[in-house]
Order: sequence, then C-alpha cells, then structure tokens
Amino acid sequence: MTDRASAARNWVAPEAPAWQNEPLPIEKLDLEAQLMAIAPERTNARPRRATAAATAVERLRLEDVSVFYGNTPAVKNVSLSIRQGEVLALIGPSGCGKTTLLRTLNRLTELTPNASHSGRVLLDDEDTHDIVDTELRRRVSMVFQQPNPFPMSIFDNVGFALREQSRKRPRRRELEPLVDHALQRAGLHDEVRADLNRSALRLSGGQQQRLCIARAIAQEPEILLMDEPCSALDPRSTAVIEDLILQLREDLAIVIVTHNLQQAHRIADRVAFMYLGDLVEVGETEQVFSDPREEQTREYIAGVFG
Amino acid sequence: MAQSESAQAPQLLPPRRSRGRRSSLFSWRARDQAVFALAWITGIGLCLVVAAIVLLFATKGFDYLRPDLLFSRPSAAVNQAQSGGFLDPIEGTVMLGILGLAIAAPLGVITAVWVVEYGRPRWLSRIVESAVEVIAGTPDVVLAIFGLALFELGIFAPLSFSSPGGAFGRSFLTSGIIVSAVAIPSVYTATRNGLIATPRQLREASYALGKTRIATIRRVVLPAVRRDIATGATLGLGRIIGDTAIVILLLGATLRTQTESGTPLLGLLRGTGSTLTSYIYNNSPSGEGNAPNKAYAAAAFLLLLILLLNWGVGRIGRIGGPPIHEERRLGA
Repeated sequence: MTDRASAARNWVAPEAPAWQNEPLPIEKLDLEAQLMAIAPERTNARPRRATAAATAVERLRLEDVSVFYGNTPAVKNVSLSIRQGEVLALIGPSGCGKTTLLRTLNRLTELTPNASHSGRVLLDDEDTHDIVDTELRRRVSMVFQQPNPFPMSIFDNVGFALREQSRKRPRRRELEPLVDHALQRAGLHDEVRADLNRSALRLSGGQQQRLCIARAIAQEPEILLMDEPCSALDPRSTAVIEDLILQLREDLAIVIVTHNLQQAHRIADRVAFMYLGDLVEVGETEQVFSDPREEQTREYIAGVFG
Repeated sequence: MAQSESAQAPQLLPPRRSRGRRSSLFSWRARDQAVFALAWITGIGLCLVVAAIVLLFATKGFDYLRPDLLFSRPSAAVNQAQSGGFLDPIEGTVMLGILGLAIAAPLGVITAVWVVEYGRPRWLSRIVESAVEVIAGTPDVVLAIFGLALFELGIFAPLSFSSPGGAFGRSFLTSGIIVSAVAIPSVYTATRNGLIATPRQLREASYALGKTRIATIRRVVLPAVRRDIATGATLGLGRIIGDTAIVILLLGATLRTQTESGTPLLGLLRGTGSTLTSYIYNNSPSGEGNAPNKAYAAAAFLLLLILLLNWGVGRIGRIGGPPIHEERRLGA
C-alpha cells in the first residue's frame, strides 16, 4: 500500500510519522503548505477537494434525463454535470437508479430491450445520441462491478480496445508501448510484466479489476464510468484501486457508483445522492457528508435506511 | 500486516475432516428409499452394460485383431486368410470424419451464434431451433435415402459422377454432406449452451470499450466458448464415425476405396469407398462377406476409436482450466 492511499483514508500506517497520527483537518486551507514543508513527496495526500473543483471543466451534461424499464421509471428527470479533473460519486440505496444512470452515459442501457429514455446527455455539448455508439463508448469507457477480463492473454485484454479500430489490424509491436503504458497507469505493470501472455483469468480478483481498468483507459477515454469497482474486492485491492482513481482523475472525468459511503468520502470530489430514481442532492463531498441540504440525504448518510 | 501476523502465530493446521451425526437411511420414507435404490441400480447397471461391451470385444475382437489387419487392403476372397485387412475402411472413416466435420462444425457454430446472439425475428429462430431438433431426431437411414434422392438429380453430377438417367449420387462428397447433418445437432447444442452460459457482462465489457456486436462475437464470445465448440465437434465426430446407414446408401460401401477418374484429390472425393461401420456390417453374418472374425476385429478397433474420442472430449473440457462460465475468477 502506498503512502498516498493510506493518507487518503486518514489511516495510520505503522511507520507513519507523527504528523500523520491526527486525522487530516480537511477544512484547513493551509494544509497543503504544511504538507509541502513536512513531506514534499506526499503532496498528493492533500485533501483533493480543495483544488480539483477549481480546475474542473464540464465535459458531460445531463439534461432532464429519465430512463424507463417498460413502464417502470428507474431514473427520473436527472440533470447533472460531470467535470474533468474530479471524481463524482453516485451514492444511494440499492435499486435507486445509480447504475442505470451510469449506463445511460455511454448508452449501454440501449442494450436492454425494454429500456427507453427521455432527456439529453451532452458530451462536450454534443448530444450523445448523435455520436456513433462505438465512438461514444471509446470516449466514455466503463469498468464493471465484477472483474470481467476476456478469456485471453493479459496483453490481448489490454490491446483489445486498441485493435480493430481501423481496418488494418495493428501489429503487436505497435501495440506494445501502449499496452505497457496502460498497465503502468493501472498500477499492474510490475506484477504482470514477466509474462504478458499469461491468461488474464489466472490473475487474482484485484489484479483482474486493475486489468479491466487498464483495458478501459488504454484507448485514452475522456470519461471513465465505474460501477462499484471495488465491491467484489478485498480491502487491499480496494486501496490500490482507490489510489489509482485519484491518479487518473487528473486526465479524466470519473463517475463512480458506490455503496460504500466511506469510499465516496475518501475519493470523491462531488457526491450525488439518488433515491428511488430521483437525484435528491448533489454537492461537494464535504458539504453532502457534513451538512446535507435534504433530510433524505441526512438519513441515508446517518444509516437510517439503505 | 497479514504476513507479519501469520509469521508470529503458531502454525494453524486444518482439523481432521469429520462428519456429524446424519439421518439413517432406514428412517427415510419408503418412496425415497426406493428412488435411492433405483439410482444405485441404474448407475451400476449402466456401468455393467458398458463393461460387458468392452469385455466382449476385448476377448472376442482382440483375438482376431492383429496389427497387419490395420495396414493391409481388403480383397474379396472366400478364404479368410487372403481377404486382407481393413486399411481402406479406416481411410474411409478418417476421410468421412474430416469431411463431415468440416461441414458440420462451421454450420453448427454459425447457427448457434445466430440463434443466441441475434435470434430475430423470434419465430424464425424458433423454427431454426426445432429444425435442428428434427434433424437430431431423424433416423440416419431416412437422411441417407433423402440424400440419395437429392444427389441422383442431374445437377449434382459433379459431386459424384454421371450415370444414365442422372447422377450416380454416391461418393465421399455426397455422403460427407449428408453425414454432416448427423453431427450438426451436437455442435449446435454444445455451442448454444456455451453461449447461453457466457455471462452478459463479458459482452457488455466489450461493448463498453466501443466494440461492435460482430467484433464482440468474433473476438470475445467465440473464444469464450471454444471449448464447448471443441466438445460438440468431438461428439459429432463420434456420431459420424459411428454412422452406418448413410455410408451404405451414399458412400457405396464398396470394399475398397474407388477413385473416380479425374484430378487426384477430387477423384477421391467423387469416388466411393467404405468405412469401418460398413465393413463390420458387410462382414457380419447379415452382410455379403460373412466373415464374423473380421467384423469383430473391426468392431473392436472402432470401439477403441470411440473410447479414445470420449477420453478426448473429457480432456478438451479441462484444457486451460475450468471454462469461463463455470468458474471465472480463479484468483478471487
């Protein structure tokens, strides 16, 4: 586990210096300066919300989006904006439409035969329905709840997205640097570089999920959707992946669905709370967790229901 | 953390496996006891039947089965010492197997992919499903006579050779086409079951990376079911090798492989021949050869071949670990 990850969850590693023994005072604006003074290499451990929102650029905008399965509404009139450089967490009890909303963003809901929708999803002000589905999904990639590597080698899993985008199939040698880079960004390269031809199904669950992330970011998407990416993983793998999300946030807009409120608190810059298909509240993580505007949000976060 | 803990803690050994008290067989209801007994009886009975077959051919067949039989050509002689072995039937079996499978495997796989992955309109896919079932249920002799009626039409003369009043209709090509129908249901069913069992997530993962449906099928779904395809193909091959009626009606069941004049390979494919099954039939007391010893030897060899194939099917199922739809996350 890296220093950044441990600091990010206010968790004390055995060898941690004394300054880390206190929970990080997130609201203190001079914390970054403190950290710079004490440990310049740990600056990534600063509370992320302070700077991220300032540089955020809106990439994806939802306007009045509703999704129905048959006659049942799953998502009702949601308007939301998703910005590059920050992590947006969708939280809410089971069946509240989080995953449906996420799948609407790259039009995966279209694969469900009885799903219909209204409203618009705009990617850089362009309606996603006017973008060819394969191109949209290359730009808005997705990582699923269960690690789902393809039954092929590690290399082919990562190269999969890159191949067959053009008529001419790229050679392995052309793909190698790209695959290596994606594996490095996903923090998996050191563990697998000895044999990239090994079957991906032989990896552990956490490695498989990181492979799925490498696969999703290999084609340099603009937005990364993550549907409870850690719910099937152990705490160690979860920590590695959370760390990874914080790094990726720099280049991508990330939307993550999670059941784990602590996780949302740890990694999200903004949090959207959904309940029964409605977007109840959306705001800065600290505000939603410490001072929610809506009573439902307060109750959910307090554990009254969910 | 976990590592340092396990280093300090004393080595933890698993306790001896033991079972608690269980309900006695005699306390069961009479009907449950009866079914339980029946399950044992049928299971053991089946094993006995197989054991009897294998034993019969192990004793009777292998008495007559000598290596030279496998490498000498048959000839029509009343004296059994001069009637040769069954090299030609072995060749015929191999050729028909390759030919039939070369047609059946792609057709079965493509049909299964269409039914499972597309399957629209619904009524058409239902018709396709029942058509495969009908083929699976049709006796091979009916398929054979249908093939004969079909391939005796003049337009199919290139598949065999012309004879007065149309085509001859009997050749490796014509019998290969019809015998593929015997293998298609096996390939189709195995592939379809594999496709249905392949998790939807796997497809969605591919779509989510911006792949088209056809690319997903070709690069993700088919590799995921390759073992099912192999199993189905091997079972289908067993059906082809074991088929008799189609060989007798459509391959001619000539004692030796007869090439039809022409280019070397095409001449062979357009020619007639026999397989082990037709050889067994012809040498059995019901056939014209009436040389039961040869029949037993060939039958023993054929049985050995089928046992090998069955063993192969079991092996295929285990290549590269458990299939994806049974246990996907090995490390988790």
